[in-house]
Amino acid sequence: MTLSGAMTRRRRVRYTTVFCLLAAALFFLLVLNVNTGNVHISVGRILGIIFTRQGDPTEVDIIWKIRLPRLLMAAILGGALSVSGFLLQTFFENPIAGPFVLGISSGAKMVVALTMIWFLSRYAAVASAALIAAAFLGALLSMGFILLISRRVTHMASLLVAGIMIGYICTAVTEFVITFADDADIVNLHGWSQGSFSNMTWSNVGIAAGIVGAALVVTFLLSKPIGAFQLGEAYAQSMGVNIRLFRGLLILLSSLLSATVTAFAGPISFVGIAVPFLIKRALNTAKPIVVIPATFLGGAVFCTGCDLIARIAFAPTELNISTVTAVFGAPVVIFMMIRSRKRG
Amino acid sequence: MENYIVRLRNLSVGYNGKPIIHDINVDITPGDIVTLIGPNGAGKSTILKSITRQLRLVAGDVYVQGKDLNAISYRELSSRLAVMLTDRIRPELMTCWDVVATGRFPYTGRLGLLSAEDHRIVERSMTEVHALELREQNFNEISDGQKQRVLLARAICQEPEIMILDEPTSFLDIRHKLDLLGILRRMTREKGITVIMSLHEIDLAQKVSDKVLCVKGDVIAGYGTPEEVFREQAITALYAIDSGSFDPLYGSVELPRVEGEPQVFVISNCGRGIPVYRKLQQQGIPFAAGILYENDLDCRLAERLAVQVVTEEPFVPIGDEAVARALALVERCGRVIAAGPRIGPGNRRLEEVLAAAEAAGKLERVE
Repeated sequence: MTLSGAMTRRRRVRYTTVFCLLAAALFFLLVLNVNTGNVHISVGRILGIIFTRQGDPTEVDIIWKIRLPRLLMAAILGGALSVSGFLLQTFFENPIAGPFVLGISSGAKMVVALTMIWFLSRYAAVASAALIAAAFLGALLSMGFILLISRRVTHMASLLVAGIMIGYICTAVTEFVITFADDADIVNLHGWSQGSFSNMTWSNVGIAAGIVGAALVVTFLLSKPIGAFQLGEAYAQSMGVNIRLFRGLLILLSSLLSATVTAFAGPISFVGIAVPFLIKRALNTAKPIVVIPATFLGGAVFCTGCDLIARIAFAPTELNISTVTAVFGAPVVIFMMIRSRKRG
Repeated sequence: MENYIVRLRNLSVGYNGKPIIHDINVDITPGDIVTLIGPNGAGKSTILKSITRQLRLVAGDVYVQGKDLNAISYRELSSRLAVMLTDRIRPELMTCWDVVATGRFPYTGRLGLLSAEDHRIVERSMTEVHALELREQNFNEISDGQKQRVLLARAICQEPEIMILDEPTSFLDIRHKLDLLGILRRMTREKGITVIMSLHEIDLAQKVSDKVLCVKGDVIAGYGTPEEVFREQAITALYAIDSGSFDPLYGSVELPRVEGEPQVFVISNCGRGIPVYRKLQQQGIPFAAGILYENDLDCRLAERLAVQVVTEEPFVPIGDEAVARALALVERCGRVIAAGPRIGPGNRRLEEVLAAAEAAGKLERVE
């Protein structure tokens, strides 16, 4: 008992430290985010505006209608994307699987683009519910293809290449329809299809928070079977996991999470791979019960940080969010591959 | 009927609905060790995977404690049946402790948190397989043999009534093989756990099992106690051994004898000739042996390895015929090796043979 007691204590200290650091980083970034922008507003005035909603109407609008929804969205969607990546890595038993690499984000993007053009040619606006539904459909479509291919190819590298190809096909279709879309649509579509957290409304935040929150709770409740699944399918089943049901749930959850992100912010690269990897190393465990919440927090930190950079690096010009996430995420992925090669 | 913990009734097993083995009818008594033996690819794993529900049954039924396997939920089955598989696992960032602790999953709540009691059971299971010192090591960084022991601890930790092990001794050195089988034997004796496993080492299978199931593709070639199953013909037929032989008494296997005109005549008894036989066999020299009592240690092996053996009935003084045959061999062979034969009142006439060899200048003495 004392043996395992000491071990458990040491681990708990590590988990607590990581969570505290993540929470502190998130808080710091949120404050920094709300405080930075083309229009300078002092901290005191910002606090006043947030807590009383009083002040210069332009400044109130900037804070309440632009900065706050945007940073909250970056946090929520960043977290969702990271958890989606973690689920896909569990499903494919490969650390380099992720919604972007497997073409799931691009699939969602394609169907969303088609839906947008169809809607905008008939109505003035598109309901976000319709966009999410479209994104979910697209995500499942890509996922379906990946699953079909995964039955034929056993080698993981081939599967990833297949995913990247699916991604390219979907992107090609998207670019194609954008090229022939009306001018009015293009402005909307183009920014979105490159990935961005701009132009978020409070109702968007509400919907995203609702969906992501629900998916996250279900994911967290799946901690135990996910943990069992880390020993492989056969062992998981011998521990009482209904594999078919479990696999189905993993697919639905990871698709739903990455679809929600795509519907609101477009495809965002590398977050889904890099964040779970870094978090698992930081915690020195892959235990889902700690990794899932930590990954969500980590994703929120990563994306609010990247969004901040996207906004201020070349202000007033804004960068695509994927540009920034790729700069930080891709080296992590390369590092992972070198490491796994070394270990054999 | 209730006396059997696992029953296989007219069972056909295979992949994708295509049977590999059919008409399996086996009843397993609680607390027994049942070992599946047979050549590679005969379907041992297929049978085990069907019992653990990894494979759909092609036809027939499996009953676990009187209940139809397909009517038992995965969850319920997991608290009765633990497995140790040949699948290679590479869990990410898991210590050996973590791997063993997954065995407690069927008993934990929704989130899989371990209680103090669970911790104790994990620790006890690791101690039982002498793996406790590995607890903080990354599972992917230990040796194959150590992994095997950790996975056994995992299965023990699941506190099952039935354990299914697919080739649990592969990758283990001889010490850990014996260790592992000893642990299984103790668990069946003390906890009444039933063990169903496949083994490649038929000698160990013979020694550890209560029942042995011979699997040779298509149908079951035999099922029964080791005494019933381990007959020389049955084993050589099961594995289609056409070179070498199997000794059912010791459970040992021998390489094929070197055929040809005997070049060396080995005179020995009481086991002293065995190292000489082996040496000659390794060097590819056909040899003869004698004069051996039929109950002599050397005799049993000489009959498998020597091209000619001069024997005498036990406890009877050596007779003329044996001496004559031995003298003839002294003449035929270029060398005579005396491996320190013990001589007493019964086999006094061995001295005649030794003297003849000495006179011919062929005698070499080894101790």
